[in-house]
Amino acid sequence: MKSNPLTAGITPAQGKKHRRFLITRLRYRSVFGVVGCLLAGFAANAQQTWPVNGVAEPRESCYAFTHATIVRDAQNTLKDATLVIRDGKITAVGAGAAIPKDAVVIDCKGKFIYPSFVDIYSDYGMPAAQPRTFGGRGGGAAPQMLSNTKGPYGWNQAIKSEVNAVQVFSADESKAKSLREQGFGVVLSHQQDGIARGTGVLVSLASERENMTILREKVSAHYSFEKGSSTQDYPSSLMGSIALLRQQYLDAQWYKGNPAKEGVNLSLQSWNDNQGLLQVFDAGDKWNVLRADKIGDEFGVQYVIKAGGNEYQRIPEMAATKATFILPLNYPQAMDVEDPNDARFVALADMKHWELTPTEAGSFEKANIPFCLTTAELKDTKSFLANLRKAIEYGLSEEKALDALTKTPATLLKAYDRIGSLDAGKLANFIITSGPVFQENTVFFQNWVQGNRYVLKNEGWQDLRGSYTITLSNAGSVPVEIKGTPASLSLVNKDTIPGKIDVEGQLVKIVINTKKDNSQQIRLSGVISQQAGVSKWSGSGTDEKGQPLTWEAVLSKPFVAKADSAKKKETPQYGKIYFPFSGYGYETLPTQQDVLIRNATVWTNEKEGKLEGADVLVRNGKIAQVGKNLAAGNAKVIDGTGKHLTPGILDEHSHIAISRGVNEGTQSVTSEVRIADVVNPDDVNIYRQLSGGVTSSHLLHGSANTIGGQSQLIKLRWGANAEDLKFKNWDGFIKFALGENVKQSNWGDRQRVRFPQTRMGVEQVLADAFTRAKDYEKAGPNKRRDLELDALVEILNKKRFITCHSYVQSEINMLLKAGDKYGFQVSTFTHILEGYKVADKMKAHGAGASTFADWWAYKMEVVDAIPQNATIMQRVGLTVAINSDDAEMARRLNQEAAKSVKYGGMQEEDALKMVTLNPATLLHVSDRIGSIKTGKDADLVLWSDHPLSIYAKAEKTMVDGTIYFDRDQDLQLRKRISEERNRLIGKMLGEKKKGAPMGRPVPSREEIYHCEDLQAGHQHHIMDDVYQQ
Amino acid sequence: MQKTFIYILGLSLCSTALRAQETVYPAKPQQGLVFLKNATIHVGNGQVIQNGTIGFNNGKIMAVGANVAIPADDVKVFDVNGQHVYPGLIAPESNLGLTEVESVRATNDYEEVGEINPSVRSIVSYNTDSKVIATLRTNGILLAHVVPQGGLVTGSSSVVQLDAWNWEDAAYKTDNGIHFFMPRLMPRANPFGGAAAGPATDAVKEAMEKVASVKSFLRAAQAYNTAAQHAEVNLKYAAVKGLFDKSQKLFIHADLVKELIVAADFAKELDIDVVIVGGTDAWMITDVLKKYNIPVILSQPHSLPVMADDDVDQPYKTPAQLQKAGVLFCISNEGFWQQRNLPFNAGTAGAYGMTKEEALSSVTLNAAKILGIDDKTGSLEVGKDANIVVSTGDILDMKSSVITRAYIQGREVSLEDKHKQLYERYKYKYDLK
Repeated sequence: MKSNPLTAGITPAQGKKHRRFLITRLRYRSVFGVVGCLLAGFAANAQQTWPVNGVAEPRESCYAFTHATIVRDAQNTLKDATLVIRDGKITAVGAGAAIPKDAVVIDCKGKFIYPSFVDIYSDYGMPAAQPRTFGGRGGGAAPQMLSNTKGPYGWNQAIKSEVNAVQVFSADESKAKSLREQGFGVVLSHQQDGIARGTGVLVSLASERENMTILREKVSAHYSFEKGSSTQDYPSSLMGSIALLRQQYLDAQWYKGNPAKEGVNLSLQSWNDNQGLLQVFDAGDKWNVLRADKIGDEFGVQYVIKAGGNEYQRIPEMAATKATFILPLNYPQAMDVEDPNDARFVALADMKHWELTPTEAGSFEKANIPFCLTTAELKDTKSFLANLRKAIEYGLSEEKALDALTKTPATLLKAYDRIGSLDAGKLANFIITSGPVFQENTVFFQNWVQGNRYVLKNEGWQDLRGSYTITLSNAGSVPVEIKGTPASLSLVNKDTIPGKIDVEGQLVKIVINTKKDNSQQIRLSGVISQQAGVSKWSGSGTDEKGQPLTWEAVLSKPFVAKADSAKKKETPQYGKIYFPFSGYGYETLPTQQDVLIRNATVWTNEKEGKLEGADVLVRNGKIAQVGKNLAAGNAKVIDGTGKHLTPGILDEHSHIAISRGVNEGTQSVTSEVRIADVVNPDDVNIYRQLSGGVTSSHLLHGSANTIGGQSQLIKLRWGANAEDLKFKNWDGFIKFALGENVKQSNWGDRQRVRFPQTRMGVEQVLADAFTRAKDYEKAGPNKRRDLELDALVEILNKKRFITCHSYVQSEINMLLKAGDKYGFQVSTFTHILEGYKVADKMKAHGAGASTFADWWAYKMEVVDAIPQNATIMQRVGLTVAINSDDAEMARRLNQEAAKSVKYGGMQEEDALKMVTLNPATLLHVSDRIGSIKTGKDADLVLWSDHPLSIYAKAEKTMVDGTIYFDRDQDLQLRKRISEERNRLIGKMLGEKKKGAPMGRPVPSREEIYHCEDLQAGHQHHIMDDVYQQ
Repeated sequence: MQKTFIYILGLSLCSTALRAQETVYPAKPQQGLVFLKNATIHVGNGQVIQNGTIGFNNGKIMAVGANVAIPADDVKVFDVNGQHVYPGLIAPESNLGLTEVESVRATNDYEEVGEINPSVRSIVSYNTDSKVIATLRTNGILLAHVVPQGGLVTGSSSVVQLDAWNWEDAAYKTDNGIHFFMPRLMPRANPFGGAAAGPATDAVKEAMEKVASVKSFLRAAQAYNTAAQHAEVNLKYAAVKGLFDKSQKLFIHADLVKELIVAADFAKELDIDVVIVGGTDAWMITDVLKKYNIPVILSQPHSLPVMADDDVDQPYKTPAQLQKAGVLFCISNEGFWQQRNLPFNAGTAGAYGMTKEEALSSVTLNAAKILGIDDKTGSLEVGKDANIVVSTGDILDMKSSVITRAYIQGREVSLEDKHKQLYERYKYKYDLK
């Protein structure tokens, strides 16, 4: 074994005497330094059970770091203090700490010592990530209904709670090195794969055997919404991931009773075992943070939540979670917007996000939300410190930054007794820097981990700057000045002509220019030695004429740093946050106002019918009065002369504002999934639909399976968060579907596995589901709670209501009969293009209908669809609505309703009711919306023209008395979008000029969903071409 | 003796017998003179004639105006009683007749395999017995431009009239254009994550290579077609001969600005007539389109804006912007059955900055000009084919447009369709009147 280069041949007593010399030597040995130190540490911590090949060399390593500025933690700094470590642990810290006799003394004058950082979110030493699969499997492959994991584990492959990071951990020196270089000493590592990811292990970054670096085995349990490498179909959507997590909590609880029917299930066993650990959730997005927190609330778990970088957009909501956050510092790249035609594709929201991401940590601090920082998500760990400095520039305090890297994670990990500050008894994990840790020019010299020294940078350990006199053997002396930074020196001679200096270890090369044109040079080569604390330089060289000479140099005046020489950085300027975070978002949310709409044609949808020249008074979000010549009082008066006022449009069938998947179509029954979990308030289609007079939308699960997910009615309160978008006190609904989609007729030849493949099978899916639900309801109190069956029981108990996607008369009839048999009622048949054939039967059942105005011919089950369908059903006595199922058409639902006037001769007022009052009736909210009546919600639209006309434009759209869309205000928003885009494009181009790496100007993908995946019904969108996969 | 027959339109409607679709016959050639009087005549060129009369003979319009003398002869005269008379609407881009049920593969004949297929002809698979066709006539659409898809150069299109026994009868202008579907010139994110990272391959570069392959095909074809004799016949080259003598146009399907600039370059470089189909972003480069006389068959206004930051009503007002800039354009609608909404797309344009008559031109005369059939149709002018629609109200507004009568080449065509028949069947079931 190689001897320690630091102490070889020197007794401890000599050590003290020669300390300056030793340090200098250490620096000089830079080539070998790292390896040497590594070995030094290893020897000190050699394990007892491991045999030694050669002569054993037991040693207690003791070091004293003197005259340093020691930052014990973010709150306590000691000047000119000493840190003593022994055997990998801190033994003393303080100004007067005694230096043990056997200590190697390292003079740290002018240097700073900080506790090494802790990264609480790492995959250090974990097996390489498995290839990521999208949607579980390759396109067209047969479905995988169950887990492929072998062994006594659970049914779902994305639940990997049995994985323990400690068992798959294997130290990775190159990764450790990159983390140490950024100041880290300890990380919490876990396998980042799956929805439940098992436990995390706390390890140090020392390059020793794993036996010594593991600080604690099972520290934490990890979760996410991403199924990762799981090839199983379920879950395919975000709402499916949420449902799966919820069901796991219930199943694990139930498993505690050792149910015989389950046998041994190690996934559930581990899930239970892990509950006592720190629970960490990788949310990765602001809305997902809230989704995760909600799951936690339901099951009494407070997660530590890993953020995604956009949480600054919703700080009050983040604070309300009461969670501690883990913030990554990966900032999006600027995009190359030089080409104006490409710049068009970059959304303002993306540009603003680029500009504002560095404010994230600062805004958390400002809001007093506890957080840690992580290197996770960085493309290159090396960018961590630079990005952190940027966060500081954008408002994060240095004190908070240090806390977030030391004390906060250490405390969360219940390891503050061992790491996170510089106190006696803790691990000797610390970094030695040239100055305050987060300052721009500060150099990290060394990172010590468990008492092992890792040299990060030698250059500049000793500051050689100052004025020197160089005495030349044949030509007198030359005064020179050595300047620059300690790590990067420069030299000028007395005439201020720049020369050159290169220090490599102990060796030095100097070039002195005696003429400005560099034509005359004195070239010197020599060594720097330290004698009795004085730096002496000497060597040989050649003069201007090439004649040999010898030389010596002595320091005449040491360097004195100029006070405040560092340029003051300009405070960064950035734009405002919009609510929601979209080009059309508001800087401040619009508020409810009292309004009097005067002298309009008012379509009441009540027995009063259409009132000419009428007034409508809105107070506190409700319709206060309808009549003529009403007194305005304090209300703002809007002139409705020549205009039409109608109730807001309710789109009975919509898929806007949904995040990551409208279908959990991987099983035939998925009543456990809920659109309510995945409402996306940022969808610009909310705003676009307001511009078409829509005030409420019924967000439905797709139609890929017979019993789909639970739906959510929202009001289009543009700018509100998901909870506030939801229609309050609403009866729950659920989506069912029949026909080609659920039997996968148009899914390709390989999709012939999932039951059902025929309309016969669809009936059996229903029979099976409701039979199970009834048995489940009858079962005793200790039954396994099943979210899927809970929803079905709600249907049987008339607490949840059915909207059923359906086309042909046979299947409609079948569902009616199934309802009779199992005791459920279908509230609404949606699409229902052959409803006109069985309208009498639907009426007898008490079902309503929500249909398209004129779609047909896009698939086999719609060949008999007719545009008179709505009229016939209405005339037979059904409650009939016209819906969109389409983000584009939803903006013209009034005109879609008008088509029944054209094709079926429907009365105009009846036609308007099909997109206002009738869907409200179908959704059990006609007591609150759908007509203009005193006491109802003030959800109103002021139209420029007859509301059924192609020429009508919604001029103002109001929800609960708040005007969310107004044509004049829309013009201002457009102007703002254009100005803000222009500003940010300029800023990005500035970054390009500075040479910053640029990303491609790619559009962000809008999520546009329909029930029908086929093209024909829905308008083609340019982005369809770009994102076809 | 006065032999003039006077019909009141309402009555003739009631007399329509219920017939199954299979017995809805194409009309026989026009026999004798027909006059429609007391009409609000929308000529299609912007002109409106109140209380006008239009007369036609042998399939051609012989008189239009406020003071048309109706000969006291063997003529049919219909008093339309203030109803609106329009030129037959033209669907300028459709796969009508090439598909019947979109999800059923056996019914789909609009998409051939291969990248460069100029010799493929849509007309030969145009199915006059499609049940969809009648549902378009009943909304006033009397002509359609039937376009093949699939690959880059997809073949030649033809214009058909919508009342025929077979495709030969239906052909109104055969092989009038060659179609090139330009690949998207839009940077795109790596589908496997990292929005800003960019994929290993550059989609725009790949797309431009395809564009170059089409251009080099056309150059080679141009050279080929200058020689009179060939040892071996190249059907693909021969199929595009008309581009170079300008008897055919090159219809380039393109939407984004860069695509449109590249399309304009085809016109310049090859000296051929280019028409843009799609042209979603045409409003941004009207100067270029005008400068090179490139007309646009505009994608339907009833579309979502391309980007989240776009004006929410951008697709609605694009027609008005093109109109104002002086670019020749017409309005299209996607698909086949959807064509019945073509008039309402024009109506929306009328609500967002165009006059109603300009909006009408965008589905009649301008479409005819762009398709090269304006010598025969597109407006109600003397000498043109009597392609005429009568509506109770504004044909562009679903609130008021009920088509009461339609003529193609002077033949009164049936306004029966499958939907009306099913409607009657179930009115009968429920005893509804």
